[in-house]
Amino acid sequence: MEILLEHLTKHFGEQAAVSDVGFRAGVGVTGFLGPNGAGKSTTMRMITGYLEPTAGSVTVGGRPAWPSTPEVRRLVGYLPEHNPLYTELYVREYLRYTAKLQGVSRVNARVDEVIEQVGLTREVRKRIGQLSKGYRQRVGLAQAIVHDPPVVILDEPTNGFDPNQLAEVRRLIQRLGETKVVLLSTHIMQEVQALCQRVLIIDNGRLVADDPIERLQERIAGQTTVTLLVERVGNLALLEGLEGVGEVRRDGHRLTVGVQGAAEVRPRIAELAAREGWGLLELKLEVNNLEDVFQNLTRQNKPV
Amino acid sequence: MVSIFWREFSAFLSGLIGYLVIGVFLVLLGLVMFVFPDTSLINFNFASLDQLFDIAPWVFLFLIPAITMRTLAEERQQRTLELLLTQPVTTPQIVVGKFLACWALAALALVPTLIYYYTVHELGSPKGNLDSGAIAGSYLGLLALAGIFCAIGVFASTLSQNQIVGFVLAALLCFVVYQGFDYLSRLPVFVGRYDNFVQLLGIEAHYRSISRGLVVLSDVVYFATVAGWFLYASVVVINRTQR
Repeated sequence: MEILLEHLTKHFGEQAAVSDVGFRAGVGVTGFLGPNGAGKSTTMRMITGYLEPTAGSVTVGGRPAWPSTPEVRRLVGYLPEHNPLYTELYVREYLRYTAKLQGVSRVNARVDEVIEQVGLTREVRKRIGQLSKGYRQRVGLAQAIVHDPPVVILDEPTNGFDPNQLAEVRRLIQRLGETKVVLLSTHIMQEVQALCQRVLIIDNGRLVADDPIERLQERIAGQTTVTLLVERVGNLALLEGLEGVGEVRRDGHRLTVGVQGAAEVRPRIAELAAREGWGLLELKLEVNNLEDVFQNLTRQNKPV
Repeated sequence: MVSIFWREFSAFLSGLIGYLVIGVFLVLLGLVMFVFPDTSLINFNFASLDQLFDIAPWVFLFLIPAITMRTLAEERQQRTLELLLTQPVTTPQIVVGKFLACWALAALALVPTLIYYYTVHELGSPKGNLDSGAIAGSYLGLLALAGIFCAIGVFASTLSQNQIVGFVLAALLCFVVYQGFDYLSRLPVFVGRYDNFVQLLGIEAHYRSISRGLVVLSDVVYFATVAGWFLYASVVVINRTQR
């Protein structure tokens, strides 16, 4: 089972919400990252068959997502952004309703199973409107998996959870990812690091990164820098000649040194500065994290 | 579609709206038929239910939009429409399921009025002296009229996420379809030439015809076509939101 997007484009009037997005996602958790308004939800809506693409195509398990048929919709579980729910219904009543719409055969047994799976047992006697945000989100999750779909699309599923609940829900999503195609959108970086085997970054409707999580972490490693503040700036070529040192940028008395690989370069730099009498005032290692990578990518908007 | 029907129908009965609609309907009809001296059938001295069938469409004109106004407007407002449209049901199934639930509630409101039939039947002199055939026809006509109103109401509810807009539009459209064409037919341009045709576009003419106890194919076709057209239009409007 996989989802395949090819040259997917969506225009709302003049505005291009999604432009030429293409990727293939198989079993496992794929993170879909981007700033607000980048086109994450629009892309997800096209995968679920809610929106008609302006151009390009989406297939789910080889079947086109548009025009959407009941058969292809049955393959997909969907938790929309903002988690819409019928607040006047009781938890079980609502899940039974969606299970019936999905054509689940043993409705009651399956609903009980899902309630336990998402940890709703304690709150099951309440109306959805009475639940806290975190529990509502669980109802939304339960709704998305009640028919045991091979593809699960979760639009910002971890909104509204406290840290304890968050760990629980992440475990659930990870378990789903063992057997299902899970596409999860978020703008929380730790989430991606904790959950995803692969990360797609979208900005202004375009895909700007599509990497396995390890590759992305390598990128992070590649972006380690050392900054030093000196009294007198000497011959920078000596600095560039040091082992493990990359590009050196100068900004007045402040020098920014790119680090190649994982080598520890600080002792060598300190030694050089002392030998040459630069008067070292400050020496600091800066590790770019995923957040910086994300910001860099989405600010420059360079397709990768 | 069955699930959607039951979900809608039970929402009426688990909330206030269902009982309110039925209650208001019965109170208004009860007042007109037995209390208000101008229309009371006790003063009228005829064993008939004509008042019921004259007044009921007007009551429906306000009550049915109140039933239907939430059907799709609320789904839109709560954004659950997105969820519904990604479930394995088709848009026509959604629309028809909701329409049938509204129609069933309207029909349910009519059931207690059978007591009026029994009352008049017992009060008649001699007992049972009333035209049961015409009354059966009138009930059928009223059901058909409620069907069209429901279809109009569901359609009006698709147009906006604001329920009040849905209500006002539905009441207006119901009025136009119920009486508007009748009034239009009296315009000098139509009189003597097309007035009959214009009248036939409205519900009134067909309702009268069925109320005489005469079920003619053309009337049945009329009711089915008008209701069907509004339901089809609802499907078109909903599908347009997916563009």
